[in-house]
Amino acid sequence: MSKKVENVGCPYCGVCCDDLVVTVSDDGKKILEVENACAIGNQIFHHATGGERVRLPRLRQPDGTYKDISYDEAIDYAANVLYKAKKPLIYGFGSTNCEGMAAAAKVAEKAGAVLDNCASICHGSSFLAMFDNGYPSCTLGETKNRADVIVYWGANPAHAHPRHMSRYSIFPRGFFTGKGHKSRKIIVVDPRHTDTAQVADIYLQVQQGHDYELFDAFRAVVRGHEIPDVVAGIRREQIVEVADILKKARFGTIFYGMGLCHSDGRNHNVDIAISLTRDLNDFTKWTIMAMRGHYNITGPGAVWSWQYGYPYCLDLTKRDIAHMNPGETSSIDLAMRDEVDAFINIGTDAGAHFPIDAVKHLRKHPWITIDPNICMASEISDLHIPVGIVGVEVPGIVYRMDNVPIQYRKVIDPPEGVISDEEVFERIHKRLCELEAEEVAKEPVKAAPEGVRVGE
Amino acid sequence: MQHNEVIRSMKTVTLTLTNPSELLLEGQSITPDNFAGKKAAEIATLDVWEGKQKGPLGKYFTVAGDGGATAADTRIILRGDCTRVKRIGQQMTAGEIIIEGNADMYIGGWMKGGKIHVKGNVDSFCGIGMEGGELIVDGNAKHHVGASPRGEWRGMKGGLIRVAGSVGNDTATFINGGTIIIGGDADIHVSTHGEGGTVVIKGDARGRVGGQMVKGDIYVYGTIENPLPGFKMVGEVEQEVDGETALFAHYIGDLGERHPISRGKTVYANLYTRI
Repeated sequence: MSKKVENVGCPYCGVCCDDLVVTVSDDGKKILEVENACAIGNQIFHHATGGERVRLPRLRQPDGTYKDISYDEAIDYAANVLYKAKKPLIYGFGSTNCEGMAAAAKVAEKAGAVLDNCASICHGSSFLAMFDNGYPSCTLGETKNRADVIVYWGANPAHAHPRHMSRYSIFPRGFFTGKGHKSRKIIVVDPRHTDTAQVADIYLQVQQGHDYELFDAFRAVVRGHEIPDVVAGIRREQIVEVADILKKARFGTIFYGMGLCHSDGRNHNVDIAISLTRDLNDFTKWTIMAMRGHYNITGPGAVWSWQYGYPYCLDLTKRDIAHMNPGETSSIDLAMRDEVDAFINIGTDAGAHFPIDAVKHLRKHPWITIDPNICMASEISDLHIPVGIVGVEVPGIVYRMDNVPIQYRKVIDPPEGVISDEEVFERIHKRLCELEAEEVAKEPVKAAPEGVRVGE
Repeated sequence: MQHNEVIRSMKTVTLTLTNPSELLLEGQSITPDNFAGKKAAEIATLDVWEGKQKGPLGKYFTVAGDGGATAADTRIILRGDCTRVKRIGQQMTAGEIIIEGNADMYIGGWMKGGKIHVKGNVDSFCGIGMEGGELIVDGNAKHHVGASPRGEWRGMKGGLIRVAGSVGNDTATFINGGTIIIGGDADIHVSTHGEGGTVVIKGDARGRVGGQMVKGDIYVYGTIENPLPGFKMVGEVEQEVDGETALFAHYIGDLGERHPISRGKTVYANLYTRI
């Protein structure tokens, strides 16, 4: 008899669907069926038991091949790399649980590392805008139950968050939105006529890279000022018409994606979107939300803000002082400037996502990948440590895109002997403490003048 | 008082980068304030950081000359390739720093007084959070010149930044006071969220000049490739800027942003483009 597990959370995108039903084989070793998930979520579950998995850490040999080693050897190697480096970088965390993130932060602090997450190349600019201008947001449940006007700006959920529109924004019937799609106005702003734009009532084809100007025009119109005939490729009449819809909404939400975060101006595009949201609250209720990518990329922001006061790009090299300044302490900038001398890639694929020059710079130094699967990063690493898949084989807390924490469960056991991200980092931390104690024992602290390292 | 300052003799400390670091160097201790009252040998023991490794300044630089009695009496000359040395002159209050070549990030950051003269180029975040003093760059500067630190809505308060070449994006974000004069071109975002101060761009500006700006002045001598819809032309004025008088088109804005009312009149930010 196969077993059905209900209310399973999906470890794919930031929508964090928690209504999946997973059918597991009698022996609890194989996933047979996944209901309610989108095509991508479905694949993540089936992938776990569908093929061969890496079951032991693999260390690069002088001849370029990988050799299986024990977890103890792998932990020792990783701890030594972190210990010896002057400025190691630990990056990733889009696809792991908050417990793993907290353990990694302990390691980063002990090792004097830079701690960064995928937001660095994704919604990090949203954080900068929030620092500068606040974040008048809401939960997805509020949007579902109240919103009658939805704006998707520079986001394409039809592809990137497949169930976002059906669960929360366009189609669901909520408490005050009983007519579902019929009672909602959908506005899509995007330079490309995406599949999301197909379902829009109004589609504004903004000139690529000129979102800021369009926001400025909306803000001027909302305040009753004149604007030029055409702004960012959009006619004045249409801007005035849409501004009127925004002002007359009962409750509205602006969902924005990489179109704002990663076109020219980055945080400023989000910043002015927040300003427009604030302006609209003089007339009615408006909210704004970042379309966070991975299922738990909101997690490191929550966990590390609580631990250190900053959500990403944390320079912990001074250990008791956390310094954050994207542009300097962000992964890509550190790599491009050759400022780091060791790299740990965890729960993401920097090999696939980073610019090739950044990868080349990082590859000059030790590169360790912690990931359940074979990916581009794992194939160019010096060490690959396999771990269990969070949400499938490892339970834990994840944060949905609206900052709502959800407890994920596991549906099967990880392959025999394979440990979790959290355990890997806890063990690296323990080994780092041992290395530190060994050095202190070897080299007793001498009275050194202020500013001179012991032994110099 | 003025007379005293003229006759007071400045002492010069020359730092030569002879043993460059592998990755980078954080030189926040290289300020007249930290060097004042110290002999060369003491200066050589001050902390600099390369990642998590703290080392004495003397490990990387040869130090010649003693500091003056006070910061105001201390001049620091940096020689050698300081392209990878950050935070020189950070938080300095008086005295002088001359950097003979290039320098890295945060040069003159949070500076309160004194003078820094960089003869080469600087990287990003130079003069951020500046409160007073002078920062002169003969070459180009990258991004965030005279901007506010992340999340700080009270930006540059005073002082003068002069960059002879061009600058990157995000110049003078949240500027509150002081003056920034750019000899060349500026990339996008000038005085975004500005609440005061003056920015002069003698070359061209790419766009987003004065976005979300509440108060303050911007002068652009060249062209603005993508002007913002929130700025409205109100007339032509003759103004004296940086020692020369010229005719400018006068715009007010950002009309999309909130604006205070003073003596019954709404206060706008001013954008002047040269005619």
